[in-house]
Amino acid sequence: MNRVLPVLTVLAGIVVIWYAASVWMNATWVFDQAERAGTTVTWAEVIPQTMNQDRPLLPPPHQVGAELWKGLAGQAVTSKRSLVYHGFVTFKGTMMGFGLGIVAGVLLAMAIVRFRVMDMSVMPWAIISQTVPIVALAPMIITLSSQLGLTDRDVPKAIIAAYLSFFPVLVSMVKGLRAPDQMQLDLLRTYGASEGETFLKLRLPASMPYFFASLKVAVAASLVGTIVGELPTGAIEGLGARMLIGSQFGEPLIMWASLFAAAILAGLLIVIVGFVERLARKRMGVPG
Amino acid sequence: MKDMASQPVIEAKGLNLVFQTADGPVQALKDVNLTINQGDFVSFIGPSGCGKTTFLRAIAALETPTSGTLRVNGMTPDEARRKRAYGYVFQAAGLYPWRTIAGNIKLPLEIMGFSKAEQDERTERVLELVELKGFGKKFPWQLSGGMQQRASIARALAFDADILLMDEPFGALDEIVRDRLNEETLKLWARTGKTIGFVTHSIPEAVYLSTKIVVMSPRPGRITDVIDSPLPKERPLDIRDSREFIEIAHRVREGLRAGHHED
Repeated sequence: MNRVLPVLTVLAGIVVIWYAASVWMNATWVFDQAERAGTTVTWAEVIPQTMNQDRPLLPPPHQVGAELWKGLAGQAVTSKRSLVYHGFVTFKGTMMGFGLGIVAGVLLAMAIVRFRVMDMSVMPWAIISQTVPIVALAPMIITLSSQLGLTDRDVPKAIIAAYLSFFPVLVSMVKGLRAPDQMQLDLLRTYGASEGETFLKLRLPASMPYFFASLKVAVAASLVGTIVGELPTGAIEGLGARMLIGSQFGEPLIMWASLFAAAILAGLLIVIVGFVERLARKRMGVPG
Repeated sequence: MKDMASQPVIEAKGLNLVFQTADGPVQALKDVNLTINQGDFVSFIGPSGCGKTTFLRAIAALETPTSGTLRVNGMTPDEARRKRAYGYVFQAAGLYPWRTIAGNIKLPLEIMGFSKAEQDERTERVLELVELKGFGKKFPWQLSGGMQQRASIARALAFDADILLMDEPFGALDEIVRDRLNEETLKLWARTGKTIGFVTHSIPEAVYLSTKIVVMSPRPGRITDVIDSPLPKERPLDIRDSREFIEIAHRVREGLRAGHHED
Protein backbone atom coordinates (compact mmCIF):
# COMPACT_ATOMS: atom_id res chain seq x y z
CA MET A 1 0.00 0.00 0.00
CA ASN A 2 2.89 2.32 0.80
CA ARG A 3 4.12 1.97 -2.74
CA VAL A 4 0.75 2.20 -4.43
CA LEU A 5 -0.41 5.40 -2.77
CA PRO A 6 2.21 7.79 -4.23
CA VAL A 7 1.67 6.32 -7.70
CA LEU A 8 -2.10 6.76 -7.44
CA THR A 9 -1.65 10.33 -6.19
CA VAL A 10 0.46 11.26 -9.19
CA LEU A 11 -1.97 9.48 -11.50
CA ALA A 12 -4.93 11.37 -10.02
CA GLY A 13 -3.01 14.63 -10.49
CA ILE A 14 -2.33 13.85 -14.12
CA VAL A 15 -5.99 13.01 -14.76
CA VAL A 16 -7.14 16.28 -13.17
CA ILE A 17 -4.68 18.37 -15.21
CA TRP A 18 -5.65 16.41 -18.33
CA TYR A 19 -9.37 17.11 -17.86
CA ALA A 20 -8.66 20.79 -17.25
CA ALA A 21 -6.51 20.96 -20.39
CA SER A 22 -9.22 19.17 -22.42
CA VAL A 23 -11.83 21.68 -21.34
CA TRP A 24 -9.55 24.59 -22.12
CA MET A 25 -8.40 23.30 -25.54
CA ASN A 26 -11.73 21.92 -26.75
CA ALA A 27 -13.70 24.98 -25.61
CA THR A 28 -12.42 26.96 -28.61
CA TRP A 29 -14.46 24.77 -30.92
CA VAL A 30 -17.62 25.17 -28.80
CA PHE A 31 -17.25 28.97 -28.78
CA ASP A 32 -16.68 28.99 -32.58
CA GLN A 33 -19.83 26.93 -33.10
CA ALA A 34 -21.84 29.27 -30.89
CA GLU A 35 -20.52 32.34 -32.68
CA ARG A 36 -21.40 30.89 -36.07
CA ALA A 37 -24.92 30.16 -34.81
CA GLY A 38 -25.16 33.68 -33.37
CA THR A 39 -25.73 32.47 -29.81
CA THR A 40 -23.75 32.84 -26.65
CA VAL A 41 -22.82 30.06 -24.31
CA THR A 42 -21.97 30.07 -20.63
CA TRP A 43 -19.07 28.02 -19.15
CA ALA A 44 -21.63 25.74 -17.53
CA GLU A 45 -22.86 24.85 -21.03
CA VAL A 46 -19.37 24.69 -22.56
CA ILE A 47 -17.85 22.16 -20.21
CA PRO A 48 -20.17 19.22 -21.04
CA GLN A 49 -19.70 19.96 -24.73
CA THR A 50 -15.90 19.61 -24.45
CA MET A 51 -16.20 16.10 -23.12
CA ASN A 52 -17.59 14.17 -26.07
CA GLN A 53 -16.51 15.84 -29.31
CA ASP A 54 -15.86 13.67 -32.37
CA ARG A 55 -12.61 15.38 -33.21
CA PRO A 56 -11.37 17.03 -30.05
CA LEU A 57 -8.06 18.86 -29.99
CA LEU A 58 -7.28 17.05 -26.78
CA PRO A 59 -9.57 14.12 -26.04
CA PRO A 60 -10.30 13.77 -22.30
CA PRO A 61 -9.20 10.58 -20.52
CA HIS A 62 -12.56 8.80 -20.65
CA GLN A 63 -12.78 9.20 -24.44
CA VAL A 64 -9.25 7.86 -24.90
CA GLY A 65 -10.05 5.07 -22.48
CA ALA A 66 -13.18 4.11 -24.38
CA GLU A 67 -11.40 4.19 -27.73
CA LEU A 68 -8.54 2.14 -26.28
CA TRP A 69 -10.99 -0.41 -24.89
CA LYS A 70 -12.77 -0.55 -28.25
CA GLY A 71 -9.43 -1.10 -30.00
CA LEU A 72 -8.23 -3.74 -27.58
CA ALA A 73 -11.35 -5.70 -26.79
CA GLY A 74 -14.08 -4.37 -29.08
CA GLN A 75 -13.20 -6.44 -32.12
CA ALA A 76 -11.61 -9.63 -33.34
CA VAL A 77 -7.88 -9.48 -32.82
CA THR A 78 -7.39 -10.15 -36.53
CA SER A 79 -9.31 -7.03 -37.52
CA LYS A 80 -7.41 -4.15 -39.08
CA ARG A 81 -9.06 -1.92 -36.48
CA SER A 82 -7.82 -3.97 -33.56
CA LEU A 83 -5.05 -2.44 -31.50
CA VAL A 84 -4.10 -5.96 -30.44
CA TYR A 85 -3.42 -6.75 -34.10
CA HIS A 86 -1.36 -3.61 -34.66
CA GLY A 87 0.28 -3.99 -31.27
CA PHE A 88 1.39 -7.49 -32.19
CA VAL A 89 2.90 -6.22 -35.45
CA THR A 90 4.85 -3.62 -33.47
CA PHE A 91 5.79 -6.20 -30.84
CA LYS A 92 7.15 -8.51 -33.52
CA GLY A 93 9.23 -5.70 -35.01
CA THR A 94 10.46 -4.67 -31.57
CA MET A 95 11.56 -8.19 -30.71
CA MET A 96 13.39 -8.64 -34.01
CA GLY A 97 15.17 -5.33 -33.57
CA PHE A 98 15.87 -6.09 -29.92
CA GLY A 99 17.42 -9.44 -30.77
CA LEU A 100 19.47 -7.96 -33.58
CA GLY A 101 20.55 -5.07 -31.34
CA ILE A 102 21.65 -7.44 -28.55
CA VAL A 103 23.66 -9.59 -30.94
CA ALA A 104 25.30 -6.55 -32.56
CA GLY A 105 25.95 -4.84 -29.22
CA VAL A 106 27.45 -7.90 -27.55
CA LEU A 107 29.62 -8.86 -30.54
CA LEU A 108 30.93 -5.33 -30.93
CA ALA A 109 31.62 -5.07 -27.19
CA MET A 110 33.55 -8.36 -27.28
CA ALA A 111 35.65 -7.11 -30.19
CA ILE A 112 36.23 -3.73 -28.54
CA VAL A 113 37.34 -5.27 -25.24
CA ARG A 114 39.56 -7.79 -27.00
CA PHE A 115 41.20 -5.59 -29.64
CA ARG A 116 42.59 -2.18 -28.83
CA VAL A 117 42.36 -1.17 -32.46
CA MET A 118 38.60 -1.86 -32.38
CA ASP A 119 38.30 0.23 -29.24
CA MET A 120 39.95 3.14 -30.99
CA SER A 121 38.24 2.78 -34.36
CA VAL A 122 34.71 1.51 -33.69
CA MET A 123 33.78 3.12 -30.38
CA PRO A 124 33.77 6.74 -31.67
CA TRP A 125 31.58 5.71 -34.61
CA ALA A 126 29.17 3.92 -32.33
CA ILE A 127 28.77 7.14 -30.37
CA ILE A 128 28.41 9.26 -33.51
CA SER A 129 25.77 6.84 -34.82
CA GLN A 130 23.50 7.83 -31.96
CA THR A 131 23.71 11.53 -32.74
CA VAL A 132 22.03 11.04 -36.13
CA PRO A 133 18.29 11.66 -35.70
CA ILE A 134 16.51 8.37 -36.31
CA VAL A 135 13.55 10.06 -38.00
CA ALA A 136 15.93 11.28 -40.70
CA LEU A 137 17.60 7.92 -41.05
CA ALA A 138 14.50 5.70 -41.02
CA PRO A 139 13.14 6.62 -44.48
CA MET A 140 16.61 6.12 -45.93
CA ILE A 141 16.89 2.65 -44.47
CA ILE A 142 13.42 1.76 -45.77
CA THR A 143 14.16 3.07 -49.27
CA LEU A 144 17.51 1.35 -49.33
CA SER A 145 16.12 -2.01 -48.30
CA SER A 146 13.36 -1.84 -50.91
CA GLN A 147 16.07 -0.99 -53.47
CA LEU A 148 17.78 -4.18 -52.37
CA GLY A 149 14.57 -6.06 -53.13
CA LEU A 150 13.36 -6.47 -49.57
CA THR A 151 9.67 -5.78 -50.03
CA ASP A 152 8.92 -7.10 -46.56
CA ARG A 153 8.82 -4.19 -44.12
CA ASP A 154 9.94 -6.34 -41.19
CA VAL A 155 13.60 -6.17 -42.13
CA PRO A 156 14.05 -2.39 -42.35
CA LYS A 157 11.95 -1.99 -39.19
CA ALA A 158 14.18 -4.42 -37.33
CA ILE A 159 17.27 -2.61 -38.58
CA ILE A 160 15.96 0.74 -37.38
CA ALA A 161 15.04 -0.74 -34.01
CA ALA A 162 18.42 -2.44 -33.72
CA TYR A 163 20.15 0.81 -34.65
CA LEU A 164 18.72 2.36 -31.49
CA SER A 165 18.94 -0.67 -29.20
CA PHE A 166 22.47 -1.93 -29.87
CA PHE A 167 24.03 1.14 -28.30
CA PRO A 168 23.01 0.75 -24.63
CA VAL A 169 23.94 -2.94 -24.84
CA LEU A 170 27.32 -2.08 -26.36
CA VAL A 171 28.22 0.55 -23.77
CA SER A 172 27.14 -1.62 -20.82
CA MET A 173 28.84 -4.74 -22.13
CA VAL A 174 32.12 -2.92 -22.71
CA LYS A 175 31.98 -1.77 -19.09
CA GLY A 176 30.84 -5.19 -17.87
CA LEU A 177 33.45 -7.21 -19.74
CA ARG A 178 36.10 -4.91 -18.29
CA ALA A 179 34.67 -5.16 -14.76
CA PRO A 180 36.97 -7.95 -13.45
CA ASP A 181 39.92 -6.44 -11.57
CA GLN A 182 43.59 -7.28 -11.98
CA MET A 183 43.52 -9.68 -9.04
CA GLN A 184 40.80 -11.79 -10.59
CA LEU A 185 42.66 -11.86 -13.90
CA ASP A 186 45.91 -12.79 -12.11
CA LEU A 187 44.13 -15.62 -10.33
CA LEU A 188 43.12 -17.16 -13.66
CA ARG A 189 46.65 -16.66 -14.94
CA THR A 190 48.02 -18.75 -12.07
CA TYR A 191 45.72 -21.54 -13.28
CA GLY A 192 47.13 -21.16 -16.78
CA ALA A 193 43.66 -20.31 -18.11
CA SER A 194 43.38 -19.56 -21.83
CA GLU A 195 41.87 -16.37 -23.14
CA GLY A 196 38.68 -18.21 -24.04
CA GLU A 197 38.37 -19.62 -20.53
CA THR A 198 38.99 -16.20 -19.02
CA PHE A 199 36.17 -14.86 -21.15
CA LEU A 200 33.69 -17.63 -20.43
CA LYS A 201 34.41 -18.12 -16.74
CA LEU A 202 35.17 -14.57 -15.64
CA ARG A 203 34.43 -11.75 -18.07
CA LEU A 204 31.08 -12.98 -19.34
CA PRO A 205 29.47 -13.81 -15.97
CA ALA A 206 30.90 -10.61 -14.47
CA SER A 207 29.22 -8.57 -17.22
CA MET A 208 25.74 -10.01 -16.65
CA PRO A 209 24.47 -7.35 -14.20
CA TYR A 210 25.54 -4.67 -16.69
CA PHE A 211 23.89 -6.59 -19.52
CA PHE A 212 20.52 -6.83 -17.81
CA ALA A 213 20.60 -3.20 -16.76
CA SER A 214 21.09 -2.27 -20.42
CA LEU A 215 18.28 -4.54 -21.63
CA LYS A 216 15.56 -2.37 -20.10
CA VAL A 217 16.89 0.68 -21.92
CA ALA A 218 17.44 -1.32 -25.09
CA VAL A 219 13.94 -2.79 -25.24
CA ALA A 220 12.38 0.66 -24.85
CA ALA A 221 14.70 2.07 -27.52
CA SER A 222 13.82 -0.82 -29.78
CA LEU A 223 10.10 -0.08 -29.41
CA VAL A 224 10.67 3.57 -30.27
CA GLY A 225 12.74 2.52 -33.29
CA THR A 226 10.02 0.16 -34.49
CA ILE A 227 7.33 2.83 -34.21
CA VAL A 228 9.51 5.31 -36.07
CA GLY A 229 10.07 2.61 -38.69
CA GLU A 230 6.31 2.28 -39.10
CA LEU A 231 5.74 6.00 -39.58
CA PRO A 232 7.15 6.68 -43.08
CA THR A 233 4.84 6.42 -46.04
CA GLY A 234 3.52 3.09 -47.03
CA ALA A 235 3.18 1.45 -43.66
CA ILE A 236 -0.33 0.30 -42.91
CA GLU A 237 0.34 -2.03 -40.02
CA GLY A 238 1.66 -1.40 -36.55
CA LEU A 239 1.01 1.14 -33.84
CA GLY A 240 3.23 3.70 -35.58
CA ALA A 241 1.18 3.46 -38.76
CA ARG A 242 -1.98 3.71 -36.69
CA MET A 243 -0.74 6.92 -35.06
CA LEU A 244 0.14 8.41 -38.44
CA ILE A 245 -3.28 7.50 -39.84
CA GLY A 246 -4.97 9.08 -36.81
CA SER A 247 -3.00 12.26 -37.24
CA GLN A 248 -3.30 12.50 -41.03
CA PHE A 249 -7.04 11.80 -41.19
CA GLY A 250 -7.87 14.05 -38.26
CA GLU A 251 -8.86 11.23 -35.95
CA PRO A 252 -7.23 12.26 -32.68
CA LEU A 253 -8.95 9.44 -30.81
CA ILE A 254 -7.23 6.81 -32.95
CA MET A 255 -3.91 8.56 -32.46
CA TRP A 256 -4.28 8.80 -28.71
CA ALA A 257 -5.50 5.24 -28.34
CA SER A 258 -2.51 3.98 -30.36
CA LEU A 259 -0.20 6.08 -28.23
CA PHE A 260 -1.55 4.51 -25.08
CA ALA A 261 -1.43 1.06 -26.61
CA ALA A 262 2.28 1.70 -27.32
CA ALA A 263 2.78 2.81 -23.72
CA ILE A 264 1.09 -0.36 -22.45
CA LEU A 265 3.28 -2.44 -24.76
CA ALA A 266 6.39 -0.66 -23.46
CA GLY A 267 5.31 -1.35 -19.88
CA LEU A 268 4.73 -5.04 -20.65
CA LEU A 269 8.12 -5.36 -22.34
CA ILE A 270 9.90 -3.82 -19.36
CA VAL A 271 8.04 -6.10 -16.96
CA ILE A 272 9.06 -9.13 -19.03
CA VAL A 273 12.71 -8.03 -19.16
CA GLY A 274 12.60 -7.40 -15.41
CA PHE A 275 11.23 -10.88 -14.86
CA VAL A 276 13.97 -12.48 -16.95
CA GLU A 277 16.53 -10.42 -15.07
CA ARG A 278 15.18 -11.64 -11.73
CA LEU A 279 15.40 -15.24 -12.89
CA ALA A 280 18.99 -14.71 -13.99
CA ARG A 281 19.92 -12.97 -10.75
CA LYS A 282 18.47 -15.81 -8.74
CA ARG A 283 20.47 -18.31 -10.73
CA MET A 284 23.62 -16.27 -10.15
CA GLY A 285 23.09 -16.23 -6.41
CA VAL A 286 22.36 -12.54 -5.96
CA PRO A 287 20.65 -12.00 -2.62
CA GLY A 288 17.09 -10.72 -2.56
CA MET B 1 59.72 -37.43 3.36
CA LYS B 2 62.75 -36.83 5.65
CA ASP B 3 65.40 -36.73 2.91
CA MET B 4 63.09 -34.61 0.76
CA ALA B 5 63.13 -31.98 3.48
CA SER B 6 66.37 -30.41 2.27
CA GLN B 7 65.42 -30.25 -1.42
CA PRO B 8 65.48 -26.66 -2.67
CA VAL B 9 62.07 -25.83 -4.06
CA ILE B 10 62.59 -22.17 -4.87
CA GLU B 11 65.98 -20.74 -5.71
CA ALA B 12 66.68 -17.10 -6.50
CA LYS B 13 70.18 -16.00 -7.54
CA GLY B 14 71.10 -12.38 -8.16
CA LEU B 15 67.50 -11.55 -8.95
CA ASN B 16 66.73 -8.02 -10.13
CA LEU B 17 63.38 -6.63 -11.18
CA VAL B 18 62.90 -3.14 -12.51
CA PHE B 19 59.48 -1.60 -13.24
CA GLN B 20 59.29 1.07 -15.91
CA THR B 21 56.91 3.70 -14.58
CA ALA B 22 55.92 7.16 -15.73
CA ASP B 23 58.34 8.58 -13.14
CA GLY B 24 61.20 6.51 -14.50
CA PRO B 25 62.49 3.07 -13.58
CA VAL B 26 61.79 1.70 -10.10
CA GLN B 27 64.01 -1.04 -8.72
CA ALA B 28 61.49 -3.34 -7.08
CA LEU B 29 63.99 -6.11 -6.35
CA LYS B 30 67.76 -5.77 -6.08
CA ASP B 31 70.18 -8.69 -5.99
CA VAL B 32 67.83 -11.09 -4.22
CA ASN B 33 69.41 -14.42 -3.26
CA LEU B 34 67.25 -16.92 -1.45
CA THR B 35 66.76 -20.65 -1.21
CA ILE B 36 63.51 -22.12 0.05
CA ASN B 37 63.51 -25.82 0.88
CA GLN B 38 60.83 -28.43 0.65
CA GLY B 39 58.39 -28.08 3.55
CA ASP B 40 59.60 -24.62 4.63
CA PHE B 41 57.15 -22.03 5.87
CA VAL B 42 58.75 -18.79 4.71
CA SER B 43 57.43 -15.35 5.63
CA PHE B 44 58.37 -12.21 3.78
CA ILE B 45 58.07 -9.15 5.95
CA GLY B 46 58.84 -5.50 5.35
CA PRO B 47 57.25 -2.09 4.79
CA SER B 48 55.30 -1.40 1.62
CA GLY B 49 57.52 -1.02 -1.43
CA CYS B 50 60.10 -3.51 -0.16
CA GLY B 51 59.30 -5.93 -2.96
CA LYS B 52 57.87 -8.77 -0.86
CA THR B 53 54.75 -9.07 -2.98
CA THR B 54 56.75 -8.54 -6.17
CA PHE B 55 59.01 -11.44 -5.22
CA LEU B 56 56.03 -13.69 -4.55
CA ARG B 57 54.49 -12.65 -7.88
CA ALA B 58 57.79 -13.37 -9.64
CA ILE B 59 57.75 -16.90 -8.21
CA ALA B 60 54.20 -17.24 -9.58
CA ALA B 61 55.30 -15.93 -13.01
CA LEU B 62 52.98 -12.95 -12.61
CA GLU B 63 56.03 -10.67 -12.90
CA THR B 64 59.12 -11.25 -15.03
CA PRO B 65 62.53 -10.59 -13.44
CA THR B 66 64.82 -8.24 -15.34
CA SER B 67 67.94 -10.26 -14.59
CA GLY B 68 69.20 -13.11 -12.42
CA THR B 69 67.81 -16.62 -12.17
CA LEU B 70 64.71 -17.92 -10.48
CA ARG B 71 63.94 -21.63 -10.37
CA VAL B 72 60.79 -23.24 -9.05
CA ASN B 73 61.07 -27.01 -8.63
CA GLY B 74 64.12 -26.74 -10.88
CA MET B 75 62.05 -25.11 -13.67
CA THR B 76 61.39 -21.56 -14.77
CA PRO B 77 58.37 -20.03 -12.99
CA ASP B 78 56.41 -20.22 -16.25
CA GLU B 79 57.08 -23.92 -16.69
CA ALA B 80 56.31 -24.51 -13.02
CA ARG B 81 52.94 -22.83 -13.47
CA ARG B 82 52.09 -25.14 -16.33
CA LYS B 83 53.02 -28.08 -14.09
CA ARG B 84 50.59 -26.68 -11.46
CA ALA B 85 53.44 -26.23 -9.00
CA TYR B 86 51.70 -23.65 -6.83
CA GLY B 87 48.42 -22.33 -5.56
CA TYR B 88 48.13 -18.59 -5.00
CA VAL B 89 46.07 -16.88 -2.30
CA PHE B 90 45.50 -13.15 -2.69
CA GLN B 91 44.80 -10.53 -0.05
CA ALA B 92 41.12 -10.47 -0.97
CA ALA B 93 39.33 -13.80 -1.19
CA GLY B 94 38.22 -12.88 -4.72
CA LEU B 95 35.51 -15.52 -4.83
CA TYR B 96 33.16 -15.26 -7.79
CA PRO B 97 29.86 -14.00 -6.35
CA TRP B 98 27.90 -15.91 -9.01
CA ARG B 99 29.36 -19.26 -7.99
CA THR B 100 28.71 -21.22 -4.82
CA ILE B 101 31.65 -21.97 -2.53
CA ALA B 102 31.95 -25.41 -4.11
CA GLY B 103 31.66 -23.81 -7.56
CA ASN B 104 34.50 -21.45 -6.72
CA ILE B 105 36.72 -24.29 -5.58
CA LYS B 106 35.95 -26.14 -8.81
CA LEU B 107 37.07 -23.16 -10.93
CA PRO B 108 40.73 -24.18 -11.16
CA LEU B 109 39.73 -27.83 -11.45
CA GLU B 110 37.49 -27.07 -14.45
CA ILE B 111 40.26 -25.15 -16.15
CA MET B 112 42.79 -27.89 -15.45
CA GLY B 113 40.42 -30.49 -16.87
CA PHE B 114 39.64 -32.71 -13.90
CA SER B 115 36.71 -35.08 -14.33
CA LYS B 116 33.37 -34.19 -12.79
CA ALA B 117 33.65 -36.94 -10.19
CA GLU B 118 37.15 -35.91 -9.22
CA GLN B 119 36.09 -32.27 -8.96
CA ASP B 120 33.40 -33.22 -6.45
CA GLU B 121 35.71 -35.45 -4.48
CA ARG B 122 38.50 -32.87 -4.29
CA THR B 123 36.07 -30.11 -3.35
CA GLU B 124 34.76 -32.17 -0.45
CA ARG B 125 38.29 -32.94 0.70
CA VAL B 126 39.62 -29.37 0.70
CA LEU B 127 36.43 -28.00 2.28
CA GLU B 128 37.08 -30.39 5.13
CA LEU B 129 40.72 -29.33 5.25
CA VAL B 130 39.81 -25.66 5.81
CA GLU B 131 36.93 -26.60 8.13
CA LEU B 132 34.17 -25.46 5.83
CA LYS B 133 32.47 -28.84 5.49
CA GLY B 134 28.80 -28.36 4.65
CA PHE B 135 29.23 -24.85 3.25
CA GLY B 136 29.74 -25.93 -0.37
CA LYS B 137 26.25 -24.92 -1.47
CA LYS B 138 26.39 -21.45 0.09
CA PHE B 139 27.14 -18.34 -1.90
CA PRO B 140 30.12 -16.18 -0.88
CA TRP B 141 27.94 -13.37 0.51
CA GLN B 142 26.45 -15.81 3.00
CA LEU B 143 29.90 -16.32 4.60
CA SER B 144 31.95 -14.08 6.90
CA GLY B 145 35.20 -12.51 5.69
CA GLY B 146 37.30 -15.11 7.48
CA MET B 147 35.29 -17.98 6.03
CA GLN B 148 35.59 -16.49 2.56
CA GLN B 149 39.35 -16.36 2.91
CA ARG B 150 39.36 -19.98 4.08
CA ALA B 151 37.37 -20.87 0.98
CA SER B 152 39.95 -19.11 -1.18
CA ILE B 153 42.68 -21.16 0.51
CA ALA B 154 40.67 -24.29 -0.23
CA ARG B 155 40.51 -23.18 -3.86
CA ALA B 156 44.31 -22.87 -3.94
CA LEU B 157 44.70 -26.32 -2.35
CA ALA B 158 42.24 -28.11 -4.61
CA PHE B 159 44.65 -29.07 -7.38
CA ASP B 160 47.37 -30.42 -5.06
CA ALA B 161 50.14 -27.96 -5.77
CA ASP B 162 53.23 -28.54 -3.61
CA ILE B 163 53.74 -24.83 -3.07
CA LEU B 164 51.25 -22.45 -1.54
CA LEU B 165 51.92 -18.74 -2.12
CA MET B 166 49.94 -16.41 0.15
CA ASP B 167 50.00 -12.66 -0.32
CA GLU B 168 48.85 -11.02 2.93
CA PRO B 169 45.92 -13.42 3.04
CA PHE B 170 44.69 -12.27 6.46
CA GLY B 171 45.61 -8.60 6.14
CA ALA B 172 42.03 -7.45 5.80
CA LEU B 173 40.69 -9.46 8.73
CA ASP B 174 40.33 -8.51 12.37
CA GLU B 175 42.80 -9.65 15.00
CA ILE B 176 40.69 -12.42 16.52
CA VAL B 177 39.80 -14.03 13.20
CA ARG B 178 43.40 -13.62 12.16
CA ASP B 179 44.69 -15.50 15.21
CA ARG B 180 42.38 -18.40 14.51
CA LEU B 181 43.30 -18.53 10.85
CA ASN B 182 47.00 -18.42 11.75
CA GLU B 183 46.51 -21.43 13.98
CA GLU B 184 44.59 -23.22 11.26
CA THR B 185 47.20 -22.37 8.66
CA LEU B 186 49.86 -24.02 10.79
CA LYS B 187 47.70 -27.11 11.20
CA LEU B 188 47.10 -27.19 7.49
CA TRP B 189 50.81 -26.89 6.83
CA ALA B 190 51.59 -29.73 9.27
CA ARG B 191 48.94 -31.95 7.72
CA THR B 192 49.82 -31.34 4.07
CA GLY B 193 53.59 -30.82 4.26
CA LYS B 194 53.41 -28.08 1.66
CA THR B 195 56.02 -25.41 1.11
CA ILE B 196 54.47 -22.06 1.97
CA GLY B 197 55.54 -18.57 0.95
CA PHE B 198 53.69 -16.02 3.06
CA VAL B 199 53.75 -12.24 2.67
CA THR B 200 52.80 -10.22 5.74
CA HIS B 201 53.48 -6.94 7.44
CA SER B 202 52.72 -8.26 10.91
CA ILE B 203 55.77 -9.23 13.00
CA PRO B 204 53.88 -11.59 15.37
CA GLU B 205 52.23 -13.31 12.41
CA ALA B 206 55.57 -13.84 10.68
CA VAL B 207 57.30 -15.16 13.79
CA TYR B 208 54.40 -17.37 14.84
CA LEU B 209 54.01 -19.05 11.45
CA SER B 210 57.45 -19.33 9.93
CA THR B 211 60.39 -21.65 9.91
CA LYS B 212 62.23 -18.96 7.97
CA ILE B 213 61.63 -15.20 8.14
CA VAL B 214 62.86 -13.03 5.29
CA VAL B 215 63.16 -9.38 6.33
CA MET B 216 63.07 -6.95 3.42
CA SER B 217 63.45 -3.20 3.02
CA PRO B 218 62.47 -0.71 0.33
CA ARG B 219 64.15 1.57 -2.24
CA PRO B 220 65.52 -0.58 -3.71
CA GLY B 221 63.59 -3.67 -2.58
CA ARG B 222 66.11 -6.10 -1.06
CA ILE B 223 66.62 -8.76 1.60
CA THR B 224 68.27 -7.42 4.76
CA ASP B 225 68.02 -10.47 7.01
CA VAL B 226 67.05 -14.14 6.85
CA ILE B 227 66.15 -15.68 10.19
CA ASP B 228 65.83 -19.44 10.69
CA SER B 229 63.34 -19.85 13.47
CA PRO B 230 64.38 -22.10 16.37
CA LEU B 231 60.73 -22.51 17.42
CA PRO B 232 59.39 -26.09 17.39
CA LYS B 233 57.00 -27.20 14.65
CA GLU B 234 54.23 -27.64 17.20
CA ARG B 235 53.16 -24.11 18.16
CA PRO B 236 50.26 -23.33 20.47
CA LEU B 237 49.07 -19.71 20.36
CA ASP B 238 50.66 -18.95 23.76
CA ILE B 239 54.11 -19.67 22.35
CA ARG B 240 53.94 -15.99 21.51
CA ASP B 241 54.64 -15.20 25.15
CA SER B 242 57.79 -17.35 25.27
CA ARG B 243 61.29 -15.90 25.47
CA GLU B 244 62.44 -17.35 22.12
CA PHE B 245 59.44 -15.87 20.37
CA ILE B 246 60.08 -12.41 21.80
CA GLU B 247 63.77 -12.68 20.87
CA ILE B 248 63.00 -13.51 17.24
CA ALA B 249 60.38 -10.76 17.06
CA HIS B 250 63.00 -8.37 18.41
CA ARG B 251 65.50 -9.41 15.72
CA VAL B 252 62.89 -8.93 13.02
CA ARG B 253 62.07 -5.48 14.36
CA GLU B 254 65.75 -4.57 14.44
CA GLY B 255 66.12 -5.78 10.84
CA LEU B 256 63.18 -3.65 9.74
CA ARG B 257 64.57 -0.62 11.55
CA ALA B 258 68.06 -1.11 10.08
CA GLY B 259 66.51 -1.18 6.60
CA HIS B 260 64.83 2.11 7.27
CA HIS B 261 68.01 3.79 8.57
CA GLU B 262 69.64 3.33 5.19
CA ASP B 263 67.14 5.66 3.55
